[in-house]
Amino acid sequence: MSRAFQTGRVNWTPVLLLLPAIGVMMFVVALPLVFSLYTSLTSYRLTRPETIWDFVWFRNYERLFGNRDFWVAFGRTILFLTIALNVQLILGLGIALLINKITWGQRTLRTIMMFPMMFSPILVGFQFKFIFNDNIGILNNALQSLGWTDRAIPWLVDGKLAMFSIIFAEVWMSTSVFAILLLAGLFAMPRDPLEAAKVDGCNAWQVFRHITLPFLMPFAFIAMTIRSLDIARAYDIVKVMTDGGPAGRTELLWTMIARTAYQDARMGQANAAAYLSTILSIAFTYYFYLKLVESRRYMGGVQ
Amino acid sequence: MQSVALWFATFLLMVIMSVPGLWVVLSAFRPNREILAKPPVWVPTELTLANFGKIFGFGSEQVGIPVTSYFMNSMIIALTSTVIALIIGMAGGYAFARYRFRFKGGIFLGLMLFRAVPGIALSLPIFMIWSRLGLIDAKMGLIIVYVSLNVPFTIWLIDGFFRQIPMSLSEAAQVDGCTRWQAFWKIEFPLARSGIAAAGVFAFLTSWNEFALASQLTRSTDSKTLPVGLMDFTAQFTIDWAGMCAMAVIIIIPALIMTFLVQKHLIAGLTFGGVKG
Repeated sequence: MSRAFQTGRVNWTPVLLLLPAIGVMMFVVALPLVFSLYTSLTSYRLTRPETIWDFVWFRNYERLFGNRDFWVAFGRTILFLTIALNVQLILGLGIALLINKITWGQRTLRTIMMFPMMFSPILVGFQFKFIFNDNIGILNNALQSLGWTDRAIPWLVDGKLAMFSIIFAEVWMSTSVFAILLLAGLFAMPRDPLEAAKVDGCNAWQVFRHITLPFLMPFAFIAMTIRSLDIARAYDIVKVMTDGGPAGRTELLWTMIARTAYQDARMGQANAAAYLSTILSIAFTYYFYLKLVESRRYMGGVQ
Repeated sequence: MQSVALWFATFLLMVIMSVPGLWVVLSAFRPNREILAKPPVWVPTELTLANFGKIFGFGSEQVGIPVTSYFMNSMIIALTSTVIALIIGMAGGYAFARYRFRFKGGIFLGLMLFRAVPGIALSLPIFMIWSRLGLIDAKMGLIIVYVSLNVPFTIWLIDGFFRQIPMSLSEAAQVDGCTRWQAFWKIEFPLARSGIAAAGVFAFLTSWNEFALASQLTRSTDSKTLPVGLMDFTAQFTIDWAGMCAMAVIIIIPALIMTFLVQKHLIAGLTFGGVKG
């Protein structure tokens, strides 16, 4: 088969093998993105279909950049991601180091750790809506039964507490990705450098800082790259738990896009915001992919 | 002494990690009035299957949510899109693992970056295009979208697994008279099978759990999936916590079974693909 396609210097077999993948991505992602870019330059409203031909250049973007609510949601999204991802990385590292030390029951612990990974984000959101409910939630019930407080703490009603609850749900959902990959890194670690360092008189912290941590970096970057592919899944969690409320205090970029598009029917405006969120996500993935490639090159000799 | 403390700390952490999920599972078997009781009832006095009977439409009490058809929709959509994504992903992964060609790194990165587009952002143009094509509220519309969601990651994983298999094996088979096609099916495919299964489970979980796109592209029992159906409860006058918990259990069971079947290969697949470039 390959002979027939080897005309000239180009080998057509890989091209043919990749064609379906590239085709489906073009049809379902690239083409819609082009359409989305065009729509973001029109004043398109779902309620008035003819407005899709009303080309307004960058008016939607100008409005967006002049809108305080947008910047607040944008800043909150960045803050949310920064806090959530850092907490996930640090907690994941801690859990991986703990489980690595344990010999009895390690398999069971690893299995339990995988538990949150199979949860749908919509389920995670519902689960914590249930737990953080001010009236019947297990958390408030427990606090009251223990006598630590006698009032119902408004976990999902107060703006700051609601943001905390959402971050908590996000951390619960995705810490295990970091823990599992970092644990795999610890398992793959060669013993010799560790022992050599101990012979040379390094203390535990020095070994961790200069041997374990550099070795784990590629694994941390894989985890970050994988996570960066679906950071926007946090939309599902927020949608269930607070839907951006109370009074927009937990509004993230993604809930704002959905609201502008489907409730206000302002598709042009929503597409402009959607485009910015797309660029944000792609930049994020690209950054960590580069980091991954770089650290892989650095590790070249070891692997 | 130190190791006992260590084990205890880890154990405690795991308990904290699994309590939220277990609480939902437990509540699925309790009557709603016990969940709502004040002061709270800590030790369940009665466990019941009534919540499941209720959402599946038999028993004395019923809720107006057609969970059975949502379940069927979810199954059909997740399984079909997984199978298609696996076929496309196997072809693509094999190309990346076994051939050198121009723009290889660029194409790989491009596929990944396409995957990074937020679901809700992608839902806007797809919603507009699909309504022209008549794919709104059709299973086919969602299947096509999920295939594209799963292809990049499937390629990444399968590429990693094929790279684990020494090229000399299939070369030897070809020397012995196999065609490359035969060598693939007789040598490389069986060796990579567990990895392909792992990729399949990831694809299934992604489709099974997806909400942002499904919530905009589905309308009725023709195509609504379970995660979208769960939101039906919030439209009701009072929240039926027990019913929602029962439905949550229905959603989690297939995901649980799938994950445990290929647990070992999941981790291997994630790390091989990424680290060894």
